[in-house]
Amino acid sequence: MTKSSATSAGAWTPRIVAFFCNWCTYTAADLAGVSRLKYASNVRVIRLMCSGRVDPQFVLDALTRGADGVLIGGCHPGDCHYVEGNYKMLRRFQLLKRLLRDMGVEEDRVRLEWISAAEGDKVKAVINEMTEQLLRLGPLGLPQQFEEWDKEITRLEQEVGSPGNGATCACAAKLQAPTQASRKEVAHV
Amino acid sequence: MSKPKVAFYWCASCGGCEETVVDLAEDILGVVEKVDIVLWPVAMDFKYKDIEAMPDKSIHATLLNGAIRTTEQEEMAHLLRRKSQCLIAYGACAHLGGIPGLANQFSREHMLKFNYEDAPSMANPKKTRPQLTFTDGGREPTLPELHNVVRALDQVVEVDYYVPGCPPTPKLTKAAVTALLENRLPPKGSVIAPDIALCDECPRKGSKPANVSFTEFKRPHQKLMDPNLCLLAQGVVCMGPSTRSGCEAACVRGGMPCTGCFGPTSRVRDQGLKILSSLCSNVAPKEEGEINKVLEGIPDPVGTFYRYGLAKSMMRRKLNLSVK
Repeated sequence: MTKSSATSAGAWTPRIVAFFCNWCTYTAADLAGVSRLKYASNVRVIRLMCSGRVDPQFVLDALTRGADGVLIGGCHPGDCHYVEGNYKMLRRFQLLKRLLRDMGVEEDRVRLEWISAAEGDKVKAVINEMTEQLLRLGPLGLPQQFEEWDKEITRLEQEVGSPGNGATCACAAKLQAPTQASRKEVAHV
Repeated sequence: MSKPKVAFYWCASCGGCEETVVDLAEDILGVVEKVDIVLWPVAMDFKYKDIEAMPDKSIHATLLNGAIRTTEQEEMAHLLRRKSQCLIAYGACAHLGGIPGLANQFSREHMLKFNYEDAPSMANPKKTRPQLTFTDGGREPTLPELHNVVRALDQVVEVDYYVPGCPPTPKLTKAAVTALLENRLPPKGSVIAPDIALCDECPRKGSKPANVSFTEFKRPHQKLMDPNLCLLAQGVVCMGPSTRSGCEAACVRGGMPCTGCFGPTSRVRDQGLKILSSLCSNVAPKEEGEINKVLEGIPDPVGTFYRYGLAKSMMRRKLNLSVK
């Protein structure tokens, strides 16, 4: 996902990560499929059991790894299989929207929609509309943005060199080396 | 046997971390007895060239506080990394970017313009700005350059350990220094504090309701707070649930909510998003307008949830800022 999303022709087209709830929106996407409805191929669907499972970290994970937009689909209010899950997502979404706006992310890039299992046509409409909006906004390009920001420090690194940078800490080496996974975890990489 | 060499250094910081070292009180004597301090700009007179002259890896440990936001700080981070066996990010700024990390919401031009032209206390009719070089009597002194982005220490060089807090408590500092001197260190990359949320050691833990339900959010100055009741139960934003413990809930004991200076636990990638998720899930209304009315009580989510952690958050910095 870190590479910019260009088609074989070279033209940029948006990449949307969609989190769909198992009971309504994912079933609706299935319905759209069996009904042979055609919609933009820019979406990558991830099935979750409930829209309430969508941790705001998932949304940012998608964006920071190169998605141009995130779509969250859940059951209509009152229809949640787990009673309250979609309300939890609705509340988080309200503040997440504000936080993203304050961080300079355009509002149309993150979208929450209620789509029931019977609304295959709504899946099509929403995905097509969002693809259009993102085409107008252009790429978000966070991985490229991070690279751009870090140019100012790689410059000095190259200038002075840092032979000690890759070396391990002698006092820690005596202890059992942690696995790559646990090191990643504790260092908040 | 010669004593292990220790260095203290500060970058973009307020001096509070240095204060904690002094707050070790008489315990500092025990530390000073066991180590040989080779650099401590706030208290002792050593020159950078003394450090440059030392062999690589000859410093046992460097405790570096402050965020990295100038070329000088960046250079010192590289130098101390090279000369030290252990590099410890000491305090919230080196660990997470800290308060200076909030500058990642503004462009460098915006900050320089305010500080050198627009600030009410500023009289600068010629609009003079700091220059990187200038000529003075045939000499050409230079000044460090301000980076566009504020960074935590591990975004610039490899870090071995983290001591969290704004500032770290004397107790935690002592534990870290003792572990260091006795070679009883946890796996590399560890944050030297318990890996569990602050609520675990909060004196008000018992009064935290099983189901918190927010009908409004109040900031500390807007409310007379019950000194014993869980702050979340009172509708006050407390970062405790998404913050690492180890401070013994000092702020809550002092009647104020946790603001999150110890950063997240190891299971959390983004402290701010995690507390956002937790607080919002428990907002009482179910209808958009009503929900937003409750959430109006949090007027500045970035400043509230990322008070110390913006530089290390997933977004790192506000987008589309000018790079002039």
